[in-house]
Amino acid sequence: MQLSRDQLLRAYSQMAIIRAFEERLHDEIKTGDIAGFTHLYGGQEAAAVGVCEHLADDDFIVSTHRGHGHCIAKGCDVKGMMKEIYGRADGLCKGKAGSMHIADVSVGMLGANGIVGAGAPQAVGAALAAKMDGKGKVAIAFSGDGACNQGTTFEAMNMAVVTKAPCIFVFENNHYSEHTGFDYAVGTNKDIASRAEAFGMKVWRANGSDFFDTFDTMREVLDYVRAGNGPASIELDTERFYGHFEGDPQRYRGPGELDRIREERDCLKAFREKVTAAGLLGHADLDAVDAAALALIEEATTEARAAAPPDPANVTTDVYVTY
Amino acid sequence: MAKMTIREAINLTIHEEMERNPDVLVLGEDIVGGNGTAGGPEAIGGIWGATTGLYAKFGANRVIDTPISESAIVGAAAGLALAGKRPIAELMFADFVGVSLDQLWNQMAKFRYMFGGKTTCPAVVRMIYGAGMNAAAQHSQSVYAMMTSIPGLKVVMPTTPADAKGLLLEALRGDDPVMFFEHKSLFAVSGEVPDGDYRVPFGQARMVREGGDVTIVTCGLMVSKSEVAADKLAAEGIGCDVIDLRTTSPLDEEAILDSVEATGRLVIVDESTPRCSLASDIAGLVASKAFSSLKAPIEMVTPPHTPVPFARELEAAWLPGASEVEAAVRRTLAYR
Repeated sequence: MQLSRDQLLRAYSQMAIIRAFEERLHDEIKTGDIAGFTHLYGGQEAAAVGVCEHLADDDFIVSTHRGHGHCIAKGCDVKGMMKEIYGRADGLCKGKAGSMHIADVSVGMLGANGIVGAGAPQAVGAALAAKMDGKGKVAIAFSGDGACNQGTTFEAMNMAVVTKAPCIFVFENNHYSEHTGFDYAVGTNKDIASRAEAFGMKVWRANGSDFFDTFDTMREVLDYVRAGNGPASIELDTERFYGHFEGDPQRYRGPGELDRIREERDCLKAFREKVTAAGLLGHADLDAVDAAALALIEEATTEARAAAPPDPANVTTDVYVTY
Repeated sequence: MAKMTIREAINLTIHEEMERNPDVLVLGEDIVGGNGTAGGPEAIGGIWGATTGLYAKFGANRVIDTPISESAIVGAAAGLALAGKRPIAELMFADFVGVSLDQLWNQMAKFRYMFGGKTTCPAVVRMIYGAGMNAAAQHSQSVYAMMTSIPGLKVVMPTTPADAKGLLLEALRGDDPVMFFEHKSLFAVSGEVPDGDYRVPFGQARMVREGGDVTIVTCGLMVSKSEVAADKLAAEGIGCDVIDLRTTSPLDEEAILDSVEATGRLVIVDESTPRCSLASDIAGLVASKAFSSLKAPIEMVTPPHTPVPFARELEAAWLPGASEVEAAVRRTLAYR
């Protein structure tokens, strides 16, 4: 199915916003004004956007510690996110989440997560809720190649198969679990999709650095799952442009590796080449989107820097609804 | 009013609430039982009998028999609750909480706070706990103290059929995650249960009896042991206030402090192991808030700081009983 001009512009814009958000954070963190741990999603934009462009607010996703891209792609407010990462009172989670726990249940974003592999069982739960409602909604568990080794992920995959939950396990394989290589840590030494397949679900594979491959493959996956066939999995081969966390010296990278992946596997660049070569969009169209994304992030950053910090009195609020 | 056991009260309450609210569902290992066998679903009817009959009535979408996967059970309950449902998950033995702990401790308990109060997580986790069945070290523990230490969770322990209904209904109507502890030695306890929407508010202890000389603060199985001791002492003219906490989070501090201020003597009877326990928590509370009322050192009756042993003689030696409570009451009265 050919995407309309508006759909193409929107998809590119979502990716550009994520890229601008992460590049800006990379610089902001160096100023020392952002507290805590931050894990950047830059490089993987086509994966989040290629998946989430198919979803509505009442479809669910659960995310990871590298969650900014999933949040933006699912519709979390970008300015609210920047304020949250700055720990401000009117951040998306009132300054109680920070980078690692951003959530907005109202748009179906059930949370980034500081615990690797913790999200998959929750996605199964959300999928079971969707199944109870019977409206063809789905839940997506975003996991990386790190989380694919967690027992929680195994339990979740089996439980989803057993209960025929409309759950999609999206494995973004960026070849690094924190600072350890895929070839070492994933014992099968094959791929993650084969592992998911062994649990009894249908699997797909796509180039997670190519928006179109991801988007088109996800359509097949979603058609299959929304039709009531139970869970499915897709492995997206992608690249992490930054370290595990900001400040990571990345001594595990090979010589020239970062330059090479930025040159050869940049999903924004690939998108631009594809749509301009096909005459679907012009460079000027895309430049305008880039400029708008940068302007949005500039505004978000300026507002976040100026925003008020939380009142320390609120340290005890929001633990319980009633107590 | 109808007379029934705690097991029946729990079963009835789940039935009634599932009928009333289509968002309520149950999930867990062998809560149906028999799936994938020659016997077929409900060949077991729920291993504890608390979920018997639900599958036939409400079907597989709302009565979800799961594999043995505690992380996935509790994690799915967390996800269901975030997605707007009201799951009741069962951990067949509370000891298995270790397998699922991250989903309780780092996930369910923290969602509301981490997300800035913008979500609720109305999940109930039923955990079958406690010693007395010679189930040994991994199937007998009272892990309520550990759960009580986690902000974001509520911790509930009914000791009567009426409370089993009232506290479970309160859990199911509330919007916070609740750890609902059911003592395996109390399932068969029988008593009157009010009909209809009977709810027992959390954080309000039950004054089991008033005696005025010594305060006994307890919960769970230890309530009945304390009552036996109090009966015996009453025959000698020694009066005990026996307080069944009902919930350890929230904790009815007022009931404890009011009684201690009147009696000046406190015995805490707790089935969890003594270090960083419910007993030490309440002792700390009383020492800091009612120190001047105390006429004697606080007595703590707990098991020894060991795993739960197997053999009948060993478990009997491990589990506090009425005689230990009685001795503690006599010690506090003999002070000075």
